[in-house]
Amino acid sequence: MSNPVFFPLRLSFQVASVATLLVMLVGGLIAYLLARKNFKGRTLLDILITLPLVLPSTVTGYYLIILFGRNGFVGSFVYDWTGWSIMFTWYAAVLASFVVALPLMIKTTRAAIESVDENLINASYSLGHSELETAVKVILPLSKKGMLAGVVLSFARALGEFGATLMIAGNIPGRTDTMPLAIYSLANSGEWSSANFMVLFLTLISGFFLYITNRYGMRTV
Amino acid sequence: MRWFYKPIPIFRRIFSLSLLLFFLSPFALGGSYAEATESLTVSAAMSLKDAFEDIGEVFEMKHRGVMIYFNFAGSGTLERQIEAGAPVDVFASASIRYMSELEGKGLIKEDSRRNFATNSITLIVASNSGIHLGSFQDLLKDEVKRVAIGNPGTVPAGRYAEEVLKYFKLWNKLKDRLVFAENVRQVLDYVARGEVDAGMVYASDVRIRPEEVKVVVTAPDESHKPVVYPVAVVKGTKNEVPARKFIALVISDYGKDILKKYGFEPFLRGDKR
Repeated sequence: MSNPVFFPLRLSFQVASVATLLVMLVGGLIAYLLARKNFKGRTLLDILITLPLVLPSTVTGYYLIILFGRNGFVGSFVYDWTGWSIMFTWYAAVLASFVVALPLMIKTTRAAIESVDENLINASYSLGHSELETAVKVILPLSKKGMLAGVVLSFARALGEFGATLMIAGNIPGRTDTMPLAIYSLANSGEWSSANFMVLFLTLISGFFLYITNRYGMRTV
Repeated sequence: MRWFYKPIPIFRRIFSLSLLLFFLSPFALGGSYAEATESLTVSAAMSLKDAFEDIGEVFEMKHRGVMIYFNFAGSGTLERQIEAGAPVDVFASASIRYMSELEGKGLIKEDSRRNFATNSITLIVASNSGIHLGSFQDLLKDEVKRVAIGNPGTVPAGRYAEEVLKYFKLWNKLKDRLVFAENVRQVLDYVARGEVDAGMVYASDVRIRPEEVKVVVTAPDESHKPVVYPVAVVKGTKNEVPARKFIALVISDYGKDILKKYGFEPFLRGDKR
């Protein structure tokens, strides 16, 4: 039997790290598109991606089941081809954390990119830099702070994801019980002493993240 | 003062008015909640859901003015809630254990406690499942990747399932395939939706979704503790009279018929405990 406190701790960090990495890549790209490109369906994309920020995470979880469940729109294809389903695996926890943390990354990064001086970008273009070069060498360094804030906030949010995770990853001791789920189970079965440590830990670490975002003046949200 | 006369466009006027109405609507609805003079809160095991909802309807017809509120969850969860002081009038558990724990702590009225039904444990698969199971041992087949049971810590059906799997010496071998659910109906849902390959629920649960799941085998009586449902009035209730009337209805022939309709067996070993 795995340790009921340290396993959730390790799993939570594993899930939050992978989810944050994905959020950084996908979120950064989408934020760039939303900030710098005008395309059809931009507002719709913006709304769709921001929805998990305001929706209850149980609603997000519901949609994820419809999409990725064994009989879901995407999940059934995956299952027919590979005989594998994301449900009740730790990847499902990553998926849930990814979806709820994504809007935080996009919001902060987009604001940061939009605040970059347009003259500098035009200067870069007129000096013959391609769009990619401009994005990497001019926009990225100038919006670094906002992006970092997005990453930190996304990580904190991913670490605390509960509702959607419970619905698609289940709450399997030793496999998918992240800290929030473990706390829920422990409180349900009256094992307060084991829960205390995790509650305290999550509170401290989340406070620490907020401190970082404030300390380095990344108050973009 | 030109702005004062400026007409607001009709579309915008309708929009803002409907927005206002939307946010005010809860206050308008508020009135209808306050009609019933008495209320009765019944915390009951998830497996009792449909049967108790039927019994609740009958109760409300017989006792006009009493409004029943049901709180269905795993019996262990309900026990914790009552321990923590939840304002509950009646507790119906799917296991003797949780009721006795509450009795030991002096949280129920002992004289009101009655056993009213029994149930059995079954192994189920989805009706359209491609996996052919004939016994509990077949759960060891390679195609069976996930088996759902209730969380043994809070869900009686899960604890009975654990006993059955241990009886067949399968618990340790299946451990990696088990998925724990918050209550027995979640197990049923996981199986019906095809998220898991098999699950263990009560015989009565199968009747709720007969088209979607089918029974492989029923666990023999000697493989687990008897599934007995006790009910009692919670101490400190302000609604003791309707609470006792509710229990009387549950153990009456009428209540027994409803429970039987939903697949529960009557409790036969005497009236008290």
